[in-house]
Amino acid sequence: MSERPEPGALRGVDRDLIPRALAGLVRRGEDFDAAEDALQEALLEALRVWPEHPPRDPRAWLTAVATRRLVDARRSEAARQRREQALQEAEPRVDAPAPAAGDDTLFLLFCCCHPELAPASQVALTLRAVGGLTTREIADAFYVPEATMAQRISRAKRSLRGRRLDQPGDLAVVLRVLYLVYTTGHATDRVDLAGEAIRLARQLTLATDEPEARGLLALMLLNHARLPARFDAAGRIVTLDRQDRGLWDTREIAEGVRVLQSALALQRRGRYQIEAAIAALHDDAASAEQTDWPQILAWYDELVALGADPVRQDPAAVLGRAVAVGHVHGPAAGLRETERLREVLGERHRWHAVRGHLYELAGDLPAAAGAYTEAARRATTVAERDHLIRQAARARGHEAVSDRSARRPPRR
Amino acid sequence: MPKYLLLKHYRGGPEPHRPCPPIDQWAPEDVEAHMAFQHHVSELLQQNGEFVDAQALTPTRTWVRYGGPDAAPVTTDGPHPETSDLVAGWWMIDVESYERALEIAAYASSEPGPGGTPLYEWIDVREVMWERPRTDAA
Repeated sequence: MSERPEPGALRGVDRDLIPRALAGLVRRGEDFDAAEDALQEALLEALRVWPEHPPRDPRAWLTAVATRRLVDARRSEAARQRREQALQEAEPRVDAPAPAAGDDTLFLLFCCCHPELAPASQVALTLRAVGGLTTREIADAFYVPEATMAQRISRAKRSLRGRRLDQPGDLAVVLRVLYLVYTTGHATDRVDLAGEAIRLARQLTLATDEPEARGLLALMLLNHARLPARFDAAGRIVTLDRQDRGLWDTREIAEGVRVLQSALALQRRGRYQIEAAIAALHDDAASAEQTDWPQILAWYDELVALGADPVRQDPAAVLGRAVAVGHVHGPAAGLRETERLREVLGERHRWHAVRGHLYELAGDLPAAAGAYTEAARRATTVAERDHLIRQAARARGHEAVSDRSARRPPRR
Repeated sequence: MPKYLLLKHYRGGPEPHRPCPPIDQWAPEDVEAHMAFQHHVSELLQQNGEFVDAQALTPTRTWVRYGGPDAAPVTTDGPHPETSDLVAGWWMIDVESYERALEIAAYASSEPGPGGTPLYEWIDVREVMWERPRTDAA
């Protein structure tokens, strides 16, 4: 697989140029794998030619050069197999009028999020083909060797080989993949996957009126807005109730609320819109004390009502609802709600952490300390483990001296 | 995409399913087959796009601790060197799920032992922690 030239190598060129040209080729019936390779070669030629002779229409230029490569490749293949007849039939059809940018994005997302690919492959291919990231950047964001990511991408492309990609795909899968990019990718020096997921979701909302696409974008924005307050200078977790709300990104919150309202207006609610509504209520509170818990609980009621068996289908939603119940009807009621989840989530750190929080609300510090300790033992990130150990120590009254500054970050 | 360490041990762990002598007492062709299988597992993981790392450790162990102010580090080879757990090496993998990690570990455990038949070695599967959570904690 040829590697994409460094970003910025073609100054002034729209980042979506390559994905759009790729979409055009695949839509025309070219093989995804071959089309991407041909486009890479076209791009290398562009690097050579464009500085002296800038094209009038970069996309058309790239498409023409890539098409020539594809035809050349097919010719040599055909010559090798001595099937001249097949060559004629395989000639690409005349280019149809270029569809709108949004259509290309959606089409390419459907290809990359093909339901038969594994989630990790969908994520990798989407970032590569739609996001325009290099293999190296994607590998870094997932902490795997570049060779491993390259292999993952080329396997994914191979499994798309020979498939008809002109059918509309499954939008629910696309949404899940973008949310996976948002929640699982890491920010490195060169690329921020959360930002990338937001960018892609924004493009998606231009391509489809589906309210859940807007719901997803709103959810990401409303969650991302709190990122600057989520960790202190030493990298320690600051929980929502202790965050410095002055650090929240008000521009992102405003956009998130606007997008959410436009989604809700379409009267077809889904889980992303509901989760975004909950995030919006948190973002809207001027202080933790002013959080509108009754409204949050109402949205959680709606969220858990989406499935017939929420405890098994969506235990995270039931757990989130238990916190809201604790704030509305008292911690004892919240703790009772968590009991339903013991069988499903009893080995997960978040279940114990929520119980610690509810015990603390109830003023039962020894029980809170015990629950935080259990949670720390099961944490899957270093930051959460350290945070839960501090919570346990604090509840036991042995507050570490070095921890004091972390609990109430100074306002800037 | 969780990451897991699949740890192989020189000693320690559950009762061996198939007790057998140490590898340096096996027939040479069995040793070759065993080692070739280790490479094969790494290659397979690389082809699958699941490979992160593979390392082997020497069996020599030294326990070290701070000796106190102005004192040299204190070392020992441990109180019960014959029975304590001793890691021999690992694969680090990046996979879809815990179930997939178990599947790969079980495959690694099917490595050929004396006589070329599976060794049924216990593999210690441990999840690697991420640095930070990606969303707000509850």
